[in-house]
This record gives sequence, C-alpha cells and structure tokens, in this order.
Amino acid sequence: MLDVSALLFWLLAAITIAAALAVVLLKNIVHSALYLVLTFAGVAGIYILLQAEFLAAVQLLIYAGAVAILIVFAVMLTRRGDIKASNLYNFNYLAAGVVSLALLVIIILGNGRMAWTAAPAPAPASNVAAIANAFLGRYAIPFEVAAVLLLVAMVGAILLARGGKPER
Amino acid sequence: MANWHLLTVEILTAALGLGLLALGLLVPHSDRRGIAYVATAGLAGILAVAIGMREASGVVLGGYVIDPFGTYFKILFLVAAMLTAVCSYDYVEKMGLNQAEYYALLILATLGMMILASSGELVSLYTGLELMTITFCILAAYHLGDAKSAEAGIKYLLLGAMSSAIFLYGLSLVYGSSGTTVIREIGQQVATRGASPALLLGTIFILAGFAFKVTAVPFHMWSPDVYEGAPTPVTGFLSVASKAAAFAALVRVFFGALPDLHNFWVQLFIALAVLTIVLGNLVAIPQTNIKRLLAYSSIAQAGYLLLGIVSFSVLGVGAVAYYAMLYVFGNMGAFMAATAFYNNDGSDEIKDYAGLARRSPLVAALMLFSLLSLAGIPPMAGFVGKFYLFMSIISRQYIWLAILGILMSMVSVYYYLLVAKAMYLGNPPEGSKPLQVAPGLQVAMVVSLLILFILGIYPTPLTNYAMNSAVTFFMP
Repeated sequence: MLDVSALLFWLLAAITIAAALAVVLLKNIVHSALYLVLTFAGVAGIYILLQAEFLAAVQLLIYAGAVAILIVFAVMLTRRGDIKASNLYNFNYLAAGVVSLALLVIIILGNGRMAWTAAPAPAPASNVAAIANAFLGRYAIPFEVAAVLLLVAMVGAILLARGGKPER
Repeated sequence: MANWHLLTVEILTAALGLGLLALGLLVPHSDRRGIAYVATAGLAGILAVAIGMREASGVVLGGYVIDPFGTYFKILFLVAAMLTAVCSYDYVEKMGLNQAEYYALLILATLGMMILASSGELVSLYTGLELMTITFCILAAYHLGDAKSAEAGIKYLLLGAMSSAIFLYGLSLVYGSSGTTVIREIGQQVATRGASPALLLGTIFILAGFAFKVTAVPFHMWSPDVYEGAPTPVTGFLSVASKAAAFAALVRVFFGALPDLHNFWVQLFIALAVLTIVLGNLVAIPQTNIKRLLAYSSIAQAGYLLLGIVSFSVLGVGAVAYYAMLYVFGNMGAFMAATAFYNNDGSDEIKDYAGLARRSPLVAALMLFSLLSLAGIPPMAGFVGKFYLFMSIISRQYIWLAILGILMSMVSVYYYLLVAKAMYLGNPPEGSKPLQVAPGLQVAMVVSLLILFILGIYPTPLTNYAMNSAVTFFMP
C-alpha cells in the first residue's frame, strides 16, 4: 500500500515538474497555458495523496479551471504578432541556466541532508470543517487581510485597465 | 474570547480605507477634493488612537502580537501616510484621475504595513507583505498615460513577485523544519533542536526577500527605476514606510525566531550592509534626477539601518526604530519639496532647481535641511540617529564597520550639497515665477522642518520610547 502511494507520488511529481518545464520552455504561449493546467492537476493529485481532498477539488476548480482559462482568454484578447513566437527566451538564458542549476544543487543538497523528522499529523476527519475552523478561528486575521488584498487587486486592475480616460 | 480591542488601530485603518472607496462612488466629481481631507483627518484620528495605545501589549489569536515595538512602527506608518496624503493633494488632482481610490489605496497599503509590523506568525506576515506590495504596484503605475510610471508599476510587480516567491519558499522551509508558523514557537524549536541545513537555507531565502524590500545591495536594482517612475508622493511613501515595515518584520523574524542562529546570519547582514552603504553612496554621486538621487541615497540609508541589525542588541534595534522615524521626516521632507517643485515646473532634474532659494525659500530650506538630516550633520535629527547606529556596532567591536559608515556619510554630504549648491548659488531661469505651494502642504513642510530640528536637539523622549520598545526582543 505504501509503495503504491510512493510510486504515485513520484509519478505525479514527475508529471508536475515536466509540465512546469514545458510552461517555461515552449515558445507558443497558448501551449504554455495548457501545460499549466497539467501542472495544476499534478499538484491536485499530490493534495489527494496527502488526504486533502477538498483542497484538491479547489485546486482543480479554481486553478486548472478558472485561472488557466482566464489566462488563455487574456492571451487571445491581447495577442499581437505571431502566436508561434509569443513566449520567447531573452538573451541571458545561458547565464540564467547556470545560476538556476547552481541554486538547484544547493537546494537539493540542503534539503537532502536534512532529516525531516516532523511526523505527519493525522489527517482531520473532515477537511472542510478543519479549513473553516482555521480560517475563521486561528487564522482569522490573515483571512481578512487576504479579503482586503483581493479587493485592492480588483480595484487596481479596473483602474489600470480602464486606462487614462479623464473623469467626466 | 479574543481580545479584539487590541486590534483597534488595524480595524479603524481598514474601515477608513474601505469607507473611502465607497465614498468615492457617492461623492460628486466636483467635490472629490473633500475625500483627500477626509483621508487626512481620518489618518490623524487613527494616529491619536495609536499614540493612546502605545503601551498596550498582548497576543491576539495566538499569532498576532501587539507590543510597543509594533505600535511604534504603526505610529511611524501613520505619520508617513499623513505626510504623503497632504503632499498628494495637488499632485493627484493634476493626474486628474480616481482621487478617492488613490487615498483608499494609500491607506490600505498602510494597513498592510501594520500587519507586517505586528505579525507574530508567518501566514499573516506574508499576507501583510503582499497587501503592501500589490498596493504599491498599483500606486506606482498610477500616473496613467505616463510610460515611466507604467514601467515602474510593471517592474515592481514582476520583481516583487519574484522576491515574494523566494521569500515564501524560505518561509516554507522554516515551517517544514520547525513544524510551526508562530515565530515564538519557531524560536523555541530552533533553541532545542538546533540548526538544520533546510533551516539555514530558509533563513537565507527569507533574508533575500527582506533585502529586496529594504533595497539592500545586491537586491536593489528595481528601486531607482521604480522611484523615478512612480508619482513623487508615492515614491516618498514607498521609500520610507515600506522600508520601515520590512525592517520591523525583519527584526521580528530574525530576533524572534532565529536568535540562536545569529552568528550565522550576522555575517550575511554585514556583507549586505557594507555593499549597500558603499554602492548606494557612490552611485548617488553622478545622478542628475532628484528622484534617482534620493533613490540611491535611500539605498545607502537602508545600509545604515542594517548596521543596527548587525549589532544584535537592544541599542541596535532601538537605533533602527529611532532612525526609521526621523528618516520619515527627512526623506518625506525631501520628497515634499520635490513634489512642490514638480507641481510648478513639471521637472525632476536637479539642474532645474537652480535658484530655487530665491523662488521659494521654504521649499529650498526644507530640501536643504532634509538632505542635511539624511547626511547626519549635527544640529539635525539624522546626526542623533546615526550616532546611535554607529554606537551600537562599536559596542560590538565592529570598529571598521563604523569607520566605513562615517567615511561614506562624508561622501553623501558631497552629493547632497550638490543639490544645495544648485538651489542656493544657481540663478533662476529667465522669467521664472515664485513657486505656488498649497497652504496645507506649507503647514506640513514647516512641521517636518520643526520636527527635524526638535528631534536633533531634544531626542530623549523618542529615543527612550524606541529603546523601551526594543527590549521585547531580548527578554527570555
């Protein structure tokens, strides 16, 4: 049983990382957006392995469903020029690649040498109830701040997207 | 039952910001200027409440810490927001757009900073940071139709998102290795279990995230462009308040959660401080645009503030708090003068400041004394602040660091005086008129000037409060 879930984990992790690499490396931004859906789905799969089914459902609905579709819409509405070359590299990819690889090695070494002793807490009986308790209890302040943050982002998006038309 | 009354300042600020958004939709366009006055008056009211609560302390919901240290910084943010609001009256009217939203965003950014300064827990710390950052992205791009302003907004958004990602990854590593997000509990975990590789990695990433926000070299590259392009009052606010907020959170995380690792991170902070002081001051010399000059000068100021962190003592944290407060008046003073000049002449170039002293003695004097305070010349408040910062590191035997700081302060006098030279010795251009400065802004200018002198001559009450607020971090 344990082996199956470990196998599933590595499979999902590989899919997620491969899809994420495709998002960055593909030159057509619509393809990137589609691989983004796959990335989100892979993360949702990992949530299920962690017995966080509610989170997985939210991840699929909001990220894979709404966010990715919105990105595709935004691309279609703002597209200019050749779609086949819409997600290009800049000229520093060699330097960036070296730096990223070095960073990756450091992170792998740092995390690999660590004995992750913290025992996983047992999953709560009801995911939704646990999340609700956390949001409206212990984490009420960040929850409210996140609400204000979303409002600010919305107001800002409208202000900036409406452009420089003077008020009547 | 949670002790909600401790949150009075935050709740009032949120209510004021949201109320202004609603008010902006109700008030007819011709009366929009009233909203600016409501915003200023509201901030003044909240400031009074915050001063009344300066000794309050307690923990709300297990992770939100109200203590004199946090309240000190809240007072600082409110003062900075008030000065920014007063300074924005004419500027925003000139931009001609969405005045209510501008002030609402200003106040909600202040709310983000308050959350940041008071969070004793990593999740609220991160949401506060994001509230502040995203609001500033919008404010930086507020000058619609101005390419530089748009560039500033985009740059701050992209680089801010990257630094947030690094910061968040650091937080996740710290959480993973300690099993809790509450800063105090992380401190206990680290004390009993010791450092692990992942914890050190997380510490470095968190440090990088904070270094971005305080514009420490080499994480400063965004700031000159963003400072130049953003509307001038926003630049002033960004340079003083968001920096102070990041310092408050930095002190909370590093002194609250990771004091046992301080032998490790102090080395990193020394490197950052040296790079920041040297590069900020040297690159400021050739600048010709006042906002870019102030950007590099504020990078250098962040370096001086980092010295207080390096000292890892009550004196050091108190000096950071004190210096951050007078930095508000010094830097906002310079930005108020720059805004007044821009409102009249539409220019930010230093060469256009020629003969400003004859066109407007008040604006020129404010600019001069603010810059002198930033340089740390004796009768001004900046001298006392730098004195405490250098004292704090000398008491830890970092004599060479203090000498470097003093040498670089001398360099800074040179480029600050270049501006003074243009204002006082240059000739005003042919046919130039005296500057028109709104009465409200004039009052704010005189008040800032007075405070810069008063804090320089009689700093004791404020330094006492700053030092007392710093004691929290060194109690068992």
